[in-house]
Amino acid sequence: MAVAGTSRTDGLLLEVDDVTLQYKTPQHLVTATYRVGFTVHRGDRFIVLGPSGCGKSTLLKGVAGFLKPVEGAIRLNGKTITQPGPDRMMVFQEFDQLLPWKTVSQNVMFPMVTSGKFPAREAGARALAAIDKVGLAKFADVYPHMLSGGMKQRVAIARAMAMEPDILLMDEPFAALDALTRRKMQEELLQLWADIGFTMLFVTHSIEEAIIVGNRILVLSPHPGQVKAELNSDSHGIAGGENFVTLQNRIHDMLFAERVEDERVQ
Amino acid sequence: MRNQATVPALRPEFVRDTLDASNIGEIVRPLSTWERISNITAVRRVFILVVLAAAWQAYSVPLDNPLIFPTFTETLRSLWHETVNGELPARVAASLKVLVMGYAAGVALAAILTTFAVSTRIGTDFLSTLTAMFNPLPAIALLPLALLWFGLGNPSLIFVLIHSVLWAVSLNTHSGFLGVSDTMRMAGNNYGLTGIRFVMRILIPAAFPSILTGLKIGWAFAWRTLIAAELVFGVSSGSGGLGWFIFENRNQLEVANVFAGLTTVIIIGLLVESVIFRTIEIHTVRKWGMQR
Repeated sequence: MAVAGTSRTDGLLLEVDDVTLQYKTPQHLVTATYRVGFTVHRGDRFIVLGPSGCGKSTLLKGVAGFLKPVEGAIRLNGKTITQPGPDRMMVFQEFDQLLPWKTVSQNVMFPMVTSGKFPAREAGARALAAIDKVGLAKFADVYPHMLSGGMKQRVAIARAMAMEPDILLMDEPFAALDALTRRKMQEELLQLWADIGFTMLFVTHSIEEAIIVGNRILVLSPHPGQVKAELNSDSHGIAGGENFVTLQNRIHDMLFAERVEDERVQ
Repeated sequence: MRNQATVPALRPEFVRDTLDASNIGEIVRPLSTWERISNITAVRRVFILVVLAAAWQAYSVPLDNPLIFPTFTETLRSLWHETVNGELPARVAASLKVLVMGYAAGVALAAILTTFAVSTRIGTDFLSTLTAMFNPLPAIALLPLALLWFGLGNPSLIFVLIHSVLWAVSLNTHSGFLGVSDTMRMAGNNYGLTGIRFVMRILIPAAFPSILTGLKIGWAFAWRTLIAAELVFGVSSGSGGLGWFIFENRNQLEVANVFAGLTTVIIIGLLVESVIFRTIEIHTVRKWGMQR
């Protein structure tokens, strides 16, 4: 008997319910997503995948609470999201998300202390543990400008994880990294997930990254962003394997088929 | 033959171990003593000062006209004399006291104005319009009006000082706030920071390089405005400030004392710039990598 109040026990964490998101540029009102709906369960590595212009980053901002949907609703644990909050920690693509006037450990402590979720002393210990977890223990007292891009993203991930948010929102966190570092970071992220077991909503435009990182992939089509498919991607083996390539081709066809059909019609 | 790109010849692949690189010679070499000394900014600056002083002396000794251009050593002598007899320190103290009051009031007002400007759109327009109007207006031009309103004395000085500090600091602080990236703002909001806590914890430190520039410009404006204003009056408040000291000594044709007074103005300017502001810079924006 599934009653609304008990539905939490089935692991449902985030409900995005036919959400239409719009934002204004100085000249235009842009509809970024049109009636996009999906659900994220506890422990998911949920990927939002799509080409540029499909509103995937806007969708993430909606979940983060920076943007209000003009239609539909976004609920976390059954509660409608109305504003940004530390229960949804965001990891951005840009390196300047770290505060340059704070050391690595102070950066990781900062949200824990300002949100009042952890007392200062506990926050310090938790910060060091999180920094150690991402392999930066030696750099705890260093300022961000002395770190490389990959290290900065590790700090940002440590900062978000240490908060123990309900869900980790990742907006193309590895897109600005070089290919080798990106590959390493993907593996580290999976290792962290296996160790700690958090839930994440991960936005990317790379099909390969989606299959490596995710267990479930939401494929969006562009202008405006609409749901094209929702696929399982767990247990597709290592990158380059047979299953992996099959799924990769399937998504690739999904994203690029439309354009060919369009051309045929015209 | 078909016209197509020629494929280069197939060459054998190879894999090898990296060589031992320990015998390529010096990897890290300490700089020589001379290189290290010439790397110290203070040493280079002092050197420039010494050259300037030598040029001054070389020009004024043959000129031999203490009424027009006293020598460097003469100036130093009167500087020492006036310092020892307590005249100059008292004047400096009087000037600095007024300066600190005016500067603090100006910065406080700038903080209020900028907070108003970042929180509302009309506030932004208010600040932009006022800054555009008053920033080009020399503070000293307001002195006659200030004398009319507040009479001879410190309130008039403080009024013109506020005018000289307020616009420079507000303008720089506001443009610093506007320059804070969206990512950093979103990160702050993400932690649940809003309102005054957001301003204090995110905007002010993130805009600190601009704020510091504003404070430096404001200080320079304030100092020169104060000295200029004191040249106009100062007698009423009993013992005037440094500007009045210069003016008095000119009237008595104590030209070496005039030079001593001017030198003091310069020395204080240098000290504030290279000791106070530099220390703040080293411990903030430089340490944070926001400025080289």
